[in-house]
Amino acid sequence: MTDSPFVIAGRTFRSRLIVGSGKYPSHAVMAQAHAASGTEMVTVAVRRVNISDRSKESLLDYIDPGIFLLPNTAGCYTAEDAIRTAHLGREAGLSNWVKLEVIGDERTLFPDNEALIDATKILVRDGFVVLPYTNDDLIACRKLEDAGAAAIMPLGAPIGSGLGIQNVNNLRIIREFARVPLIIDAGVGTASDAALAMELGADGVLMQTAIAGAQEPIAMAEAMKHAVIAGRLAYLSGRIPRKMYATASSPVEGMVGR
Amino acid sequence: MRITLNGEPYDLDEPLSVADLLVRLAIDPRRVAVEHNLVILRRPLFTETLVQDGDRVEIVNFVGGG
Repeated sequence: MTDSPFVIAGRTFRSRLIVGSGKYPSHAVMAQAHAASGTEMVTVAVRRVNISDRSKESLLDYIDPGIFLLPNTAGCYTAEDAIRTAHLGREAGLSNWVKLEVIGDERTLFPDNEALIDATKILVRDGFVVLPYTNDDLIACRKLEDAGAAAIMPLGAPIGSGLGIQNVNNLRIIREFARVPLIIDAGVGTASDAALAMELGADGVLMQTAIAGAQEPIAMAEAMKHAVIAGRLAYLSGRIPRKMYATASSPVEGMVGR
Repeated sequence: MRITLNGEPYDLDEPLSVADLLVRLAIDPRRVAVEHNLVILRRPLFTETLVQDGDRVEIVNFVGGG
């Protein structure tokens, strides 16, 4: 079956899996996990350089140059901080893409949608390709689209929770109405969660902890690659309707002894 | 003279360019972004921008994140 390409802001990706770069046991394991996942886009955070200890290896030495970097604004609690961080990320990476996060609550890391929409408007005006991390809320997603977001990235569950897709119906509704690529960002715990996200019709899935925190990150990265491919194929294939009772798989005629 | 570098006090003998500051800190300029007194500097401006007493400088790079 031929699939339509995964395109965000005119850039085509063969892999529909976007992966993080934090929390791995080592940079070397991260590099192998990225390769095993088949990802073509990796998120990175923007932080102060450690002035006192310059011995630490650079993260970028361990990210394949063929992988597109997506700087995030993780840890930002105001639109101003997120905008400032996005601009710093653009200067550090010479790319105008940003995974926009404006967090509203420390314990849940749920987004502050009002500030997120404001920051999206400003960054789009500043020439950014904005991929906002948002709630699984249709109206928030619609306002982000109206603000010029290049994709919408509703959560499946809280960041790092591994709970899997919590509100299947909301995501199904968002899928129906989305006018830009839909990426499920956060909440994946294991391969079936990623497959489910894709079966719901997501254009892509973004995850970090599910891979980096697994006991075997490289093997989990490979599992996620297959899950995303399988889920996508299943979505395109059109699943059978759910029924309450059985339908025989073998012919009922010609039974011996009847 | 004293500047604030990444939120911490940092002593310098005399004013110097952002480019020279990066050399002094052994930081590859191609991998960082620099904010000077809340203004983000384009890389070509590193050589001509002077860091002076009381200035606030932020130097950031990419780290692992999701």
